[in-house]
Amino acid sequence: MSRKVWLYGLLCLLCVPFVFPTWWMVTSSMKPISEIFSESLLPSEWTFSTYETVFRMQPFGQQYWNSLYIAVVVTIGTMAVAALAGYAFARIRFPGQNVLFVVVLTGLLIPSEVTIVPLFQMFQSLGLTNTHWPLIIVPIFGAPCVLAIFIMRQFFIALPPELEEAARMDGLGRAGIFYRIALPLSRPALGAVAIFTFLHSWNLYLEPIVYLSTPDMFTLPQALTQFVDIYGGPMWNVQLAAATMTAVPILIVFVLAQRQFIEGLAHTGVKG
Amino acid sequence: MTFWTYRRRDNLVGYLFVAPALLGSLAFVLIPLGMVGWYSLNEWNVLGGTFEFIGIENYQQLLGDEKLRDSLVATAWFAAGLVVLNLSLALLLAVLLNQKLRGTTLFRTLFFSPVLVSLVAWTLVWQLMLQPEGSVNGLLGFFGIDGPNWLRGDTTAMVSVIVVQVIKNVGLNMVLFLAALQGVPAPLYEAAKIDGAGAWTRFRRITIPLISPTILLTSIITIVGSLQVFAQIAVLTQGGPGTSTTVLIYYLYQQAFQFHHFGYGATISVLLFVIVAALTLLQWQMRRKWVLHES
Repeated sequence: MSRKVWLYGLLCLLCVPFVFPTWWMVTSSMKPISEIFSESLLPSEWTFSTYETVFRMQPFGQQYWNSLYIAVVVTIGTMAVAALAGYAFARIRFPGQNVLFVVVLTGLLIPSEVTIVPLFQMFQSLGLTNTHWPLIIVPIFGAPCVLAIFIMRQFFIALPPELEEAARMDGLGRAGIFYRIALPLSRPALGAVAIFTFLHSWNLYLEPIVYLSTPDMFTLPQALTQFVDIYGGPMWNVQLAAATMTAVPILIVFVLAQRQFIEGLAHTGVKG
Repeated sequence: MTFWTYRRRDNLVGYLFVAPALLGSLAFVLIPLGMVGWYSLNEWNVLGGTFEFIGIENYQQLLGDEKLRDSLVATAWFAAGLVVLNLSLALLLAVLLNQKLRGTTLFRTLFFSPVLVSLVAWTLVWQLMLQPEGSVNGLLGFFGIDGPNWLRGDTTAMVSVIVVQVIKNVGLNMVLFLAALQGVPAPLYEAAKIDGAGAWTRFRRITIPLISPTILLTSIITIVGSLQVFAQIAVLTQGGPGTSTTVLIYYLYQQAFQFHHFGYGATISVLLFVIVAALTLLQWQMRRKWVLHES
């Protein structure tokens, strides 16, 4: 009994640094600026004007949309590229397969930050800086996709071959087997890939600040740092109002779907 | 359809399936990597519009660059602090959540939640909390401790950046550890108990060896990830005070995109690549030596 009390106490204590910042973000965003450094856990008077200020200072709706649609497109694209390549590397025998797999895997050794200078140069010569193209096609086809390919390959390797044999006897071609049999079975792995990819894109910071230059093109992480007064000092409560709007919807989705979420990730981690 | 037509078609489908990934790797990974190598042999100032072959001069500059040395030191501290703190905290949390207790799902959710808070949002709220009159010092003051100006002292700034990053992402490793712990067969513990092994011995002799593949996996992910930490530094400390938190990637950003030295920036990229590649390969080697049961 006393051991239980002790354990609960420890867990509650450890929770504080994990929960408090989110709490502080939400409540501070509704505090008047004069109270921003007060120690009280709740605002003495609730103000929502900070939320209006967010939209007045930046094209925040547009920026929200930018981040959202980029993350969705990148997620879908990555799932497609990774599922196709992962399946082929795991299940199809074709000449040169191993060499090609190693070529793709080198992407794991090369963080995308390493190649940012030539990529910037490349997109600049194509006239694509200050567009969303670099933020979409590099993650889908470049280094960030490699981990997804690896996860998908590990999953397809573990799939029992009998399923495919049966389908082949029924006259299904390779593409049919992939699309009708393998892909539906790979849902847990695809789910994990989707989560990783979405969060990666949603959090991207270096790339947007390198490629994008006008506020209406900004993504959220970049926009969040723009709420400063004329002296360059941070407008804390406005910043946190914007931060709250970026963080809370994702947290709600997570709480609703947390079982699939965490177990999907854990599953992949052990296998991968 | 004969076997051989099937085979030939299979080859074609195989190539078609890997084509997007392969072309992408060429265009966005390998060719740019080659270009980084080439740029690093040139003096290239974007503002001045100069591009001139200078051989290994950038690399010589690299050797004598004191800011680079500072930045390597900062990177090493950051990576070491992050990995040690992250892995031990993740393991502690996983062990606690693996006890047969009611409500562990709730705690798991809470520990995991920062992973989903947008990175810059997370960093901004910590920036507020770490101000001299912020809530971290408020809490310390409650215990009668006069807290420092966290983001303005050399050591405290580094500690802050590490802690902010660990709490943000430790949930991921925790979940991986938890899955690994649940995969350790219970009879092993029973047998050890009968043999008189205490809790600590059981943990050290059974748990640790059996989850060593996960420890390796998480340490690779965490170390390589620590070399890519940019947003936190850019928002919290801008590499300061002085150069105390200027990790390699931030220095790369400064040289290439703030000082417009693309050639020298590329040279730092080459160094970053060498470090990441060496660390990854080293860890794959270690995997053979000390990781138990590889499937």
